[in-house]
Amino acid sequence: MSMNRRDFMKAAGAVTAMGLFGAPHLALGGGNKKVVIVGGGTGGATAAKYLKMADERIQVTLIEPNAQYYTCYMSNEVLSGERSLESIKHGYAGLKNRGVQIVQAAAEVIDPVAKVVRAGGKDYPFDRCIVAPGIDLLYERIEGYSEAAAAQIPHAWKAGEQTKILRSQLEAMKDGGIVVIAPPPNPFRCPPGPYERASQIAMYLQAHKPKSKVLILDAKQKFSKQGLFIQGWKRLYGYGTDNSLIEWQPGPDAAVVRVDVGTKTVETDFGDEIQADVLNLIPPQRAGKIAQVSDLTDESGWCPVDKKTFESTKHPGIHVIGDACIATKMPKSGYAANSQAKVAAAAVAALLKGAEPGTPAYVNTCYSIVGKDYGISVAAVYRLSEDGKLIAPVKGAGGLTPMDAPDWALAREVQYAHSWYNNIVADIFG
Amino acid sequence: MATRSFPLALLAGALALGLSSAASADSASAEMLANTCAGCHGTRGASVGPATPIIGHMERETFKETMKAFQEDEMYGTIMNRIAKGYTEEEIEKMADYFFRQEYVPAKQPFNEKLVRKGEKLHRKYCEKCHEDGGRPVEGEDVEYALLAGQWTPYLRYTMEDFRNHRREMPKKMKKKIKRLLRKEGEKGLEALFAYYASQQ
Repeated sequence: MSMNRRDFMKAAGAVTAMGLFGAPHLALGGGNKKVVIVGGGTGGATAAKYLKMADERIQVTLIEPNAQYYTCYMSNEVLSGERSLESIKHGYAGLKNRGVQIVQAAAEVIDPVAKVVRAGGKDYPFDRCIVAPGIDLLYERIEGYSEAAAAQIPHAWKAGEQTKILRSQLEAMKDGGIVVIAPPPNPFRCPPGPYERASQIAMYLQAHKPKSKVLILDAKQKFSKQGLFIQGWKRLYGYGTDNSLIEWQPGPDAAVVRVDVGTKTVETDFGDEIQADVLNLIPPQRAGKIAQVSDLTDESGWCPVDKKTFESTKHPGIHVIGDACIATKMPKSGYAANSQAKVAAAAVAALLKGAEPGTPAYVNTCYSIVGKDYGISVAAVYRLSEDGKLIAPVKGAGGLTPMDAPDWALAREVQYAHSWYNNIVADIFG
Repeated sequence: MATRSFPLALLAGALALGLSSAASADSASAEMLANTCAGCHGTRGASVGPATPIIGHMERETFKETMKAFQEDEMYGTIMNRIAKGYTEEEIEKMADYFFRQEYVPAKQPFNEKLVRKGEKLHRKYCEKCHEDGGRPVEGEDVEYALLAGQWTPYLRYTMEDFRNHRREMPKKMKKKIKRLLRKEGEKGLEALFAYYASQQ
């Protein structure tokens, strides 16, 4: 009997199909495994997508209370009016299309023994769980501040409604007003964020309310990209002169310890009282609530993890990524969360098959937009240290935009910042 | 001699084997390495732009040469000089191979339709000899190409700026051709080329 071409193709196809979907399925056992992801922000959504990309047979459930996610990054451009709130809003249709089950509910607790996540009164069983809860704001560390008070005195450190409140207060402010920004002590989400915010607000004030001023009452003595920010502020906003649009007061003296919500008056650690027209208090932070109630945190308030797999060192089978985890040298940034999510997703996919997780690779890239055509950045490539204790930057690589960069290079950084944004959100939610 | 060199050769072989297996155990997979690029260059290198280039299906040698030029600061990059220095030659090799194997997804972007035909003509006259097939990826092993057709225009614009301002080395032939193009057609000639490349979606 001779085989014609079509028969041959059929037979070959059957063999290929066996090879791809038959034998490995039995041998590796990756199918029908359940992964529950808690939190649909940068880390959680990335992990969901990359798990499906690694092995589409894994049943991935993403539990997130909100139907939409507003990215914190680029929300400072919403404050200056450079972009709309709508432009930083992202949904979960892309993940749904990839076969991720989206559960719109707030996770209440994770049971590491029974291996279930409780959310909206239902239990979601898992073989492995990835927790990406972001941050919890410690309002009570500033006397007089509270979650309720955030409606009048926004932190705007979780984007969305809070961003909107701060933007409308800036718009309503009279010319000659004082905008007070109070950045928190380390560690906190997005280390250069408060200073980019000061820059963006200064840009807005310069154009619309030039007699006004941004006053930064910092809890810290130094800050991320400090030299570059100050150089930018000097060039753009008269920093250091009497007419500067930005003034920075370092901690610990300038740290805000108390607030009178009604009058928007803050008291610093030194004892100064300052009345603001617009007040933006960014309180100290710790890992998101679900990590606290599920015993995933240590005394620092953040989650200790194995640096290779992001598996909790407190409860095996649960991985913690993004702002909530202790990633040693990696900052709490969106790009870091995106990068960690991919490492965790690859490790989880391997572990579900009973395989050893591979060597991880991590990167952080972070742009800040100081003003019109004026962008700066920091980048680092990380490796797991030999003892496995550190996610350490590769020496001789990474670093900041050079000081005294020419105008064309600074302008280009803004274009790259926007491209960074387009690509990272597509990589997360697309 | 023969009896001495035989065990030495064996030893050398064993060492090489030992080293390479140790190196591969310590080194991340191609996909793991390449995934770190996606935040800026898009999932699988399919950048949604507009300034960061598409690197999915980038030709291997071009990838490697570009990374090396960044590492040695022979070429300006917004952030890539700093990033490239974080990788070993072996890792770059892996990433080059990974991105080459990805699908090329041309950019969906606006362009000046009136300039496309002119751009095509100019491409044939000045560029086609090296940038074959209208600047599209060329099939086949060991064929070098640059991703021009379907690449993001803002990126091509920046690259041309860098070439002309000596921030990136222009190959000799290209220098001649660009000089001639600019003399005959002026800046509009470049605009026409950009329109032609962008039109290939």
